Amino acid sequence: MNVARLRFVRTPAGLVGTVLLAAVVGIALLGPFFAPYAPDEPVGVPFSGPAEGTPFGTDFLGRDVLSRVLWGGRSVLALAGLATLLAYAGGIAIGLVAGYSRSLLDPVLMRTADVMLSFPALLFLLVLVTGAGTSKAVLVLGVALVQMPLIARIVRTATLEQSVRGFVEAAVARGESTSAILRREILPNIAGPIAADVGLRFTYAIILVASVNFLGLGLQPPAADWALIISENRGGLTLNPYVILVPAALISLLTISVNLVGDAIARSLGISTARRRLVR
Amino acid sequence: MTPPLLRVDGLRIELDSGVPIVEDVSLEVRAGEVLGLVGESGSGKTTTALALLGFARAGVRIDAGAVEVDGEPLTGRGEAAVRALRGRLVSYVAQDPGLALNPALRIESLVGDMVRTHAQSQTGGDVARALASVHLPTDRPFARRYPHELSGGQQQRVAIATALVCAPRLVVLDEPTTGLDVVTQARILEEIDRLRRERGVAVVYVSHDLAVVGSLADRIAVMYAGRIVEEGPAAALLARPRHPYTRGLLGSVPDPGRPRRLESIPGVAVGVGERPEGCSFAPRCLQRTGDRALREMPPLEDVGGGHRVRCFEWALTPPLTLEEPAVPPGVDAEGPLLLVAGLRAEHRGRHDTVVAVRDVSFSIAGGECLAIVGESGSGKTTIARCVVGLHSPTEGSVVLDGTPLQPRAARRPREARRRIQIVFQNPNDSLNPRHRVGDAIARPARVLRDLPQRDAHAEATRLLERVRLPARIAERYPGELSGGERQRVAIARALAAHPDLVVCDEITSALDVSVQAAVLELLAELRVELRLALLFITHDLGVVASIGDRVLVLEDGAVCDDGPVAALLREPEHEYTRRLVESAPRLPRLPEVA
Repeated sequence: MNVARLRFVRTPAGLVGTVLLAAVVGIALLGPFFAPYAPDEPVGVPFSGPAEGTPFGTDFLGRDVLSRVLWGGRSVLALAGLATLLAYAGGIAIGLVAGYSRSLLDPVLMRTADVMLSFPALLFLLVLVTGAGTSKAVLVLGVALVQMPLIARIVRTATLEQSVRGFVEAAVARGESTSAILRREILPNIAGPIAADVGLRFTYAIILVASVNFLGLGLQPPAADWALIISENRGGLTLNPYVILVPAALISLLTISVNLVGDAIARSLGISTARRRLVR
Repeated sequence: MTPPLLRVDGLRIELDSGVPIVEDVSLEVRAGEVLGLVGESGSGKTTTALALLGFARAGVRIDAGAVEVDGEPLTGRGEAAVRALRGRLVSYVAQDPGLALNPALRIESLVGDMVRTHAQSQTGGDVARALASVHLPTDRPFARRYPHELSGGQQQRVAIATALVCAPRLVVLDEPTTGLDVVTQARILEEIDRLRRERGVAVVYVSHDLAVVGSLADRIAVMYAGRIVEEGPAAALLARPRHPYTRGLLGSVPDPGRPRRLESIPGVAVGVGERPEGCSFAPRCLQRTGDRALREMPPLEDVGGGHRVRCFEWALTPPLTLEEPAVPPGVDAEGPLLLVAGLRAEHRGRHDTVVAVRDVSFSIAGGECLAIVGESGSGKTTIARCVVGLHSPTEGSVVLDGTPLQPRAARRPREARRRIQIVFQNPNDSLNPRHRVGDAIARPARVLRDLPQRDAHAEATRLLERVRLPARIAERYPGELSGGERQRVAIARALAAHPDLVVCDEITSALDVSVQAAVLELLAELRVELRLALLFITHDLGVVASIGDRVLVLEDGAVCDDGPVAALLREPEHEYTRRLVESAPRLPRLPEVA
């Protein structure tokens, strides 16, 4: 099993993805220790180009772009990561219950999920933020809620498939409790399809968090955040392009590498991406 | 004598990695002759069958040897050249017609496409003639149906009609009746026999079932581990098998006509890539005297009368003797252990309700084996599920030792859940692939008997021994075991609860004949050792004959016949039972029970 877990690294895409992901995550997590300046410390003229000490120039308030970029990865990773975790916790629970219950609970839960899916994700987030105010908690909860119905659906389908198998029926005939059946018999057998999707979900969470931050509805200035940096400096694109290009490149690299690694893991588990797309 | 129509010489087929699947296969079949190609799973029989069409599946290649039909070579030629011969000179009928027929095409297109491929003529008349030749309706509404609108038997006839429409000289049938019930199977076999007599086509009939092949074939070739181990005239081969494997296989086939004790082959069949040096069967062979067979592969030796055997010591193979079935252990005299009365069960769909079981009543005494026989859809599995509490009946009661049971297992007292255990049909499905074998067996002991973890695992080890498996298997996952081993583990899991009654739902139908014999042997022994009562559900009358005390015949959800096994099989009274008994394939030329 341990060998199987690491097998994905051996494919070219998996290797490239792993290296890129390690680099971007490394920058995000360790960046602050190497930042030459504090993220909110003015060091020069606004939108000045690369110079000695400020390799990527300065932003619209004259702060060092390199330092802000090095500081600005943690929020993306943390918010997207938390949201993804929360989405999976909720989605797996809902999917298991809906798939196994064989009662009215299933259609009720699934139709609710369908209604939620029918809203465009960003619109849903905008409405939520407008109503509940801008805070990290609302942002995380919103992104998780957007993802939850899709995860629940995949988990429900996989659960349905498992719940008619002999070993599950044997457990029912033994009189095991529903929670024991879900936990012991079903969950370990649907881990594959669930794991296959994590990469895609995490990517989507990153994009959503970045979009909301870019729109100014998530983190508020003067916080350093890759998406926020792009947003607040977009007027100076012609004066100092690095202030936009560097954080944009990092966000792209993060999403691409997460996706590559996710796909490689899925493939090493023998789950084709084609099937995943169908489920989606 | 006419020259052979099909000539196979030194065929060797291997995986792309070079691991051999089929080695040194040579065969000859004459026009109008039926060759039965017999083997268990992994013996290479389907791979051989496909090679007769010059075809190899992806990842597999025909490495050496020649296949020649009517003088036309099918190997060593370009794909285009061979393709022109398939369907016209040689055709193929696959095992599962439900999968082999394109569900999006109508019957007329399925059969007509074959004609259009090989002759650019009008197809209407040909299609009708082909359908008529397999006794299917030829009217237009039928020809415009889709495969899913036909029964399994009709689907297989369409597949056979498609294979025959271009008048091939050789037809290869790969387990064509495996998924069908016995009555339909008997009709298809008749059909094949008539076609070869009337049309003079040569037939290669691939099957795992010696009884089916025995009733049809002129010659039989037995395959084991990719080689032909014995080949000869059907009568001679069945009456006096010379290879120990053939003899073991024959001893494993249950016969509804003659209840007898089954004799299984010890050990497990070798898979592709794990074949030993020398004779592949040597490690399992009970009559081997020297160790020459462990080093060298024996050649196919002629023993006279066109009967060839791949064994150094074929002369030592004793004739097959059939023994009376084990005397059933005494049945408890006091009241029945399980009483089922007036059971009615339904399956509710979204739009309609299907009655699966109607007014079924029976009882099982302690230590007794009651067999329930019926074709697919007769409701036998639903009865099993009602008994163990997986399906709630709409009417009727299940009574254990005088106490009526709740319909659902979760509502039953723990003691009732402990006393009734179930073993399922599909061994791939009945064990959780993520749980170790030892944990799977220990679980019922912990949940139903409150054994502490350590005792439960000790119990699991003991039970593995009891079902004749090595104790080290406890550390393995089900995926690492063969089908027969998994079914033994499932039996051990049922035994871990110390049950009084084990419900066996078609537990051998997914297994090879020799593995089935071993599992039945084991159950018969366990019954005596543990005084178990069995509710044994099956579609196979032969299996009933070798294990059941009493039998219940089910037709369309209702009991149509019941009585002691021996009497009922010897003189079936009810018309449906008689039809089942008569259709069941049996070994025609077996010696009498001693």
